[in-house]
Amino acid sequence: MIRLVKRPQPSAAWSYGAPLLAVLATILAGGLLFFFLGKNPGEAIATIFWEPLFGEFAFFYRPQLLIKGAPLVLIAIGLSLGFKAGIWNIGAEGQYIIGALCGAGVALAMYPLNVFWLFPAMVLAGALGGWAWAMIPALLKTRFGTNEILVSLMLVYVAEQFLASMSLGLMKNPEGFGFPGSRNLQQYPAAHNAEIIANTGLHWGVLAALISVIFAYVLLTRHRLGFSIRVTGDAPRAATFSGVSPKRLVIFCLGTSGALAGLAGLFEVAGPAGQVTIDFNVGYGFTAIIVAFLGRLHPVGILLAGGLMALTYIGGDIAQSQLGLPAAAIQIFQGMLLFFLLAIDVFTNYRLQIGRQEAA
Amino acid sequence: MTTPLIRLDGLTKAYPGVRANDDVSLEIAPSEIHALLGENGAGKSTLVKMIYGLVKPDSGNMTLAGAAYDPQEPRAARAAGVAMVFQHFSLFDALSVAENVALGMEDPPAMRDLSQRIKDVSETYGLPLNPSRRVGDLSAGERQRVEIIRCLLQDPKLLIMDEPTSVLTPQEVEILFQTLRKLSAEGTAILYISHKLEEIRTLCNSATILRGGKVVGKCNPRDATAREMAELMVGKGLSVPARSGKSHGLVALELERLSMPAPSNFGMPLRDISLQVRSGEVMGIGGVAGNGQDELLQALSGETRAPGKRIWLFGEDIGARGPRSRRAKGLLCAPEERLGHAAAPNMTLTENAMLTGSLRRGLERNGFLDWRAARNFAEEIIARFDVRTPGPNNAARALSGGNLQKFVVGREVLQDPKVLVVNQPTWGVDAAAAAAIRQALLDLAAAGGTVIVISQDLDELMEISDRFAALNEGRLSDPRDTAGLTIEEIGLMLGGAHGMEVAHV
Amino acid sequence: MDLSAINPVLLLAALLAAATPILLAATGELIAEKAGVLNLGVEGMMITGAICGFATAVETGSPLLGFAAAAVGGAALSLLFAFLTQVALANQVASGLALTLFGLGLSALLGQSYVGVKPPRMEDVNFGPLADIPLIGRIFFQHDLVLYLGVVLVASVWAFLKYTRSGLILKAVGENHDAAHALGYKVVRIRTLAIMFGGACAGAGGAYISLVRVPQWTEGMTAGVGWIALALVVFASWKPWRVLLGAYLFGGITQLQLNLQGAGVAIPVEYLAMSPYIITIVVLVLLSADKAQAPASLGRTFHASQ
Repeated sequence: MIRLVKRPQPSAAWSYGAPLLAVLATILAGGLLFFFLGKNPGEAIATIFWEPLFGEFAFFYRPQLLIKGAPLVLIAIGLSLGFKAGIWNIGAEGQYIIGALCGAGVALAMYPLNVFWLFPAMVLAGALGGWAWAMIPALLKTRFGTNEILVSLMLVYVAEQFLASMSLGLMKNPEGFGFPGSRNLQQYPAAHNAEIIANTGLHWGVLAALISVIFAYVLLTRHRLGFSIRVTGDAPRAATFSGVSPKRLVIFCLGTSGALAGLAGLFEVAGPAGQVTIDFNVGYGFTAIIVAFLGRLHPVGILLAGGLMALTYIGGDIAQSQLGLPAAAIQIFQGMLLFFLLAIDVFTNYRLQIGRQEAA
Repeated sequence: MTTPLIRLDGLTKAYPGVRANDDVSLEIAPSEIHALLGENGAGKSTLVKMIYGLVKPDSGNMTLAGAAYDPQEPRAARAAGVAMVFQHFSLFDALSVAENVALGMEDPPAMRDLSQRIKDVSETYGLPLNPSRRVGDLSAGERQRVEIIRCLLQDPKLLIMDEPTSVLTPQEVEILFQTLRKLSAEGTAILYISHKLEEIRTLCNSATILRGGKVVGKCNPRDATAREMAELMVGKGLSVPARSGKSHGLVALELERLSMPAPSNFGMPLRDISLQVRSGEVMGIGGVAGNGQDELLQALSGETRAPGKRIWLFGEDIGARGPRSRRAKGLLCAPEERLGHAAAPNMTLTENAMLTGSLRRGLERNGFLDWRAARNFAEEIIARFDVRTPGPNNAARALSGGNLQKFVVGREVLQDPKVLVVNQPTWGVDAAAAAAIRQALLDLAAAGGTVIVISQDLDELMEISDRFAALNEGRLSDPRDTAGLTIEEIGLMLGGAHGMEVAHV
Repeated sequence: MDLSAINPVLLLAALLAAATPILLAATGELIAEKAGVLNLGVEGMMITGAICGFATAVETGSPLLGFAAAAVGGAALSLLFAFLTQVALANQVASGLALTLFGLGLSALLGQSYVGVKPPRMEDVNFGPLADIPLIGRIFFQHDLVLYLGVVLVASVWAFLKYTRSGLILKAVGENHDAAHALGYKVVRIRTLAIMFGGACAGAGGAYISLVRVPQWTEGMTAGVGWIALALVVFASWKPWRVLLGAYLFGGITQLQLNLQGAGVAIPVEYLAMSPYIITIVVLVLLSADKAQAPASLGRTFHASQ
């Protein structure tokens, strides 16, 4: 008989190994899935993981890696702070939308004024917008004890409707011949989140993502606030006993993750996307949840996981156009990654024991 | 000699790193009240879990009423006539008494009939209980009655009781003993687990003593002295902590008519608590579990905030202050629940040292943490309090209960507290370590500090405190000098027998 | 704007239909939560049920077979969650999210060839003369079988929890899994069954959307109904009849805003469309004080050694 026995200490080896194993297992299971879809599994996997990095058109795809990875990392870093403390912000997608709308709103209100402070003002507005949207679940939780998971998620649907209303109404391009969507900010120099170095994909959002990784790392390892987050996640009562205010922590974690998601939205709308459209959001806010877990809620891990997930996005696109692999298959692929990680993660805290002995 | 009802032969059970039971044999005859004695960690719980089918022995065998007995699960044990009352009750707070009883039976009758049977049994054995009440609203003594009645309804041949009196007042203990004697007279054998020697001397007619998983002695507790049994149990002579002289200084901590609502659903509100404690004094606060001990500690630690003008520390109103601010002023606390409240289970000892020590030991500067200093602090605790662990990088949950307790108490004592509040300082700790912890508390008082010890162990409180008060239903009795206090007086301070007022007026 | 275009009788009749997906999913989740399991994957199980039911109904021509397949599909997906949380002891919140993300992808993949297809129509139950009673007949007696089964389901769950021994054991496991284990009950097995029941109900609820309400298949068509169902369980304080009441309330709001959209009220469509979500939040706030009814072990991981 096989049973699980709790380890006296979490295993460091498994804690690093689990994400790698999960990726491996996902590749195997994904290959199987692709096989059943009538594709050559080896070719499909190679297309997803090899083509964007080293293929013929890698010069085109590599910058894309930064462009797709930056919002994922930015959002996931914020989410990970809350997840570590057992505060579940599931509504980053909504905060992302609102951040983009606020940032774009500032730009569109100023159009066509070209001033140097416009872009910084947009960044501020984007962060504030995401922060404010996340403050709704935060305040409801601290004031009334309302479940933040449900509220933050409901607000995604509200934000999506709001986005639709804005791109069809208030923010619609007056010179757009009646098509939905706002002016294109890429054609508005003061508002454009342009690449810092041309053709690298390195825009301000990428920089912000890197800064957020460093910020989170220092916070979690060196600062009392980060320590409070970690203690709260492990033992909420011990945290209160040590002097952590659970309410302030909720406000901080939700606020920070909201602001970062808002920033991600702003950088996207002012850069790669260029305009507010009805289908502006593509699910970064949800995929970032996978990124956060896959990175084991560790800043450096999230950076790597964000890169990997960006790779599957780009590789998935290529596989879609070259092999006709359905887009949904990539979505399943990403979902499986989280499944395998959660399943394999059990070995970090437990070990298998074979035989009829039971645990202490 | 009658044939034994149950016979254990060479039972052995090993866990990674420890032999919980090593070749344990014993026999219990019908009607016998058999004591199983031993310190925490001696292997008593593992042994009864094997009898009850919760744990399977690695080797050895059991016979019950002459037939081989090898229960695969508790259900099988119950079917064979073995019933058990757990130390930590296996009750469901949100369900009624009758529903709780039904869950412990194989084929419960319809609810209405069951309620009637509960009433009958509770009257027969002098254990009053209302079948329709919610278990979460009952006192600890009443909750134990639910467990006992659950067992009695199945007409057990062997009743196992695991530390049953730790949650009872002396008066309630007397009622329980009458019930057990009555059961014994009717032919039920009882296996009675305890480490309280006087209790065993009054109740039991045979005893097996365990130490380190092995049987180290058998005796008739009525013939043996408490001292003999204690030495068998502990394995060496015991040192009694030395008391300091009594010269008490200024009022250090004062509670003035403190009332607080219950923090949780089944918590206890604090009602009108007044108390003055002086420097150099050890104040003992007794009470049956669940009468507001946890809530009082949380009110003192600052986890729950008090209204103004209710809690004074050296003349300063600290009611609205949080835990950090109180710690900075010298008021330190050590909660009862070690894993999850006093310490974070998955964090290292270094991190747990940081948890409460960061302010007074200067482990942080402007919010930035000095991990090297925290590690030194953890090593100091480990060395000074003899904490058995490979080192400060180990997770708190890897420590045994007693070692973690030493770490938690040591962490607070080594921060030079002006007032230290500890809840259950020696719970689950072996005798030698318990003596060391008590000595540390007395030393603190001798050096001019103030110590408040909240404990359910009356012997401990009588041994180390200068004054004694009792918590009962969230109220604190007037403190009395411990010198000259009798066990009856203490019993009345603890609230007599809960839910038995009618019977005793 | 033409409010007279809204027929109150039709509105009430449609309300019952609009409430049914939420009702089914929330009742299933209620059982899971009563057993102490918080499964945030309801949305994923619903959408999977929606496509399984849709595809089966289209292929076999039988909507009822479709519902059966939807229940099986939902339950099968929920087994993944059961494996993660009960065997691999993973965090229930994370596992539930994973289930939703996975379910959304899986359904999209399964549904590729069904976009734009029309499913067979679900016939109404024939109540004979009852259906011809003015007003009442139209409101109550001209619906399909599954709608009535939904109400029966609530009644059965209520009776199960209140009167049966199995219901008592289920509550005991959700209340205190350690105590239940100590008494010899199989915590993991009971929870797995509860999770599967929740999955089957959510799957059937999803199929009601794709086969009756809409009726067609589009990606992500459950649009948060699963999450509303989760909120509803909290709203209902874990009581079956209050789930029914709450489902009708939400069904009513959804239907009313749809009718208002149709009537061309001066409020923009998007703001009407967001109203069910906002009202869910408002209700959660109003009722969040009443947490006393939550099963005490809800969301906690059980491992027998502890």
